[in-house]
Amino acid sequence: MISLTYVVALSGVLFAIAVAGVFLNRRNVIVLLMCIELMLLAVNFNFVAFSRFMGDIAGQIFVFFILTVAAAEAAIGLAILVVVFRERRSIDVEDLDSLQG
Amino acid sequence: MFPTILFFVFGCVLVCAALGVILARNPVHCALLLVLCFFNSAVIWLLLDAEFLGIVLVLVYVGAVMVLFLFVVMMLDIDTTRLRSELASYWPLAAAVACFVVFAIINVIVVRHLGGADLRAAPPLPTGYSNTRVLGTALFTRYAYPAQLAAIILLVASVAAIILTLRARRGGKPQDIAAQVAVRAKDRVRIVKMASEKAP
Repeated sequence: MISLTYVVALSGVLFAIAVAGVFLNRRNVIVLLMCIELMLLAVNFNFVAFSRFMGDIAGQIFVFFILTVAAAEAAIGLAILVVVFRERRSIDVEDLDSLQG
Repeated sequence: MFPTILFFVFGCVLVCAALGVILARNPVHCALLLVLCFFNSAVIWLLLDAEFLGIVLVLVYVGAVMVLFLFVVMMLDIDTTRLRSELASYWPLAAAVACFVVFAIINVIVVRHLGGADLRAAPPLPTGYSNTRVLGTALFTRYAYPAQLAAIILLVASVAAIILTLRARRGGKPQDIAAQVAVRAKDRVRIVKMASEKAP
């Protein structure tokens, strides 16, 4: 049987990889969005595992809502990305400095 | 025993695919590796008896969100060599933060024992247990209002995405039929009366 420790450790490693990805790819907005998706996936792992081991379905309901919000976030984020690319012909974070003054 | 072996196999593939997502140079490869991540996660969720969420992860995430990602990645012509030029300078910071996160989680698991949760084995499921039925019952009774809120969030997100990317084409020459029909001769023709001139 799968132990809760294994699942939480896996989700921790996944979250750490995603955080490292945010630092490594800090100029490419698309990969940043993918790293955010990875983080949400790691969090969902915790919810599913604890829901199973504590016998409470509420954790899986929460995963449902997290999936909803993540889908909305991806849709709006990519729409903003498309608009930014149209204006600037680039998705480099360094180029998005028009509010810098 | 067999589920544990499966868990480790798919967990290893999941971690490798996640490393590939953050290290791959081509954003298309990143997106495809992220799809692999979601597939492996779905399998592990199935092993954890969350069948409905596993299927939803494949259908919604792989089927909709990642296709959207791939579509945008391929639609935008991105100069990836410039974006990845300073990768080397950030890796110590990234490794430090990742190690800190792993250390914090291991601290919670090993030292604090997860707040007294039973770590060894999940409680056995009752006979005839249906994950989808239990989830649906909870979602449409106790969590009915949050479910409707989620629906509103999705509606707002779809409207926002359309509004953001919709644009009127500049330089187009559309016809305004009503204006063409309603036009009168005096709007277009100007009759100038002037005295005739003699030739020099």
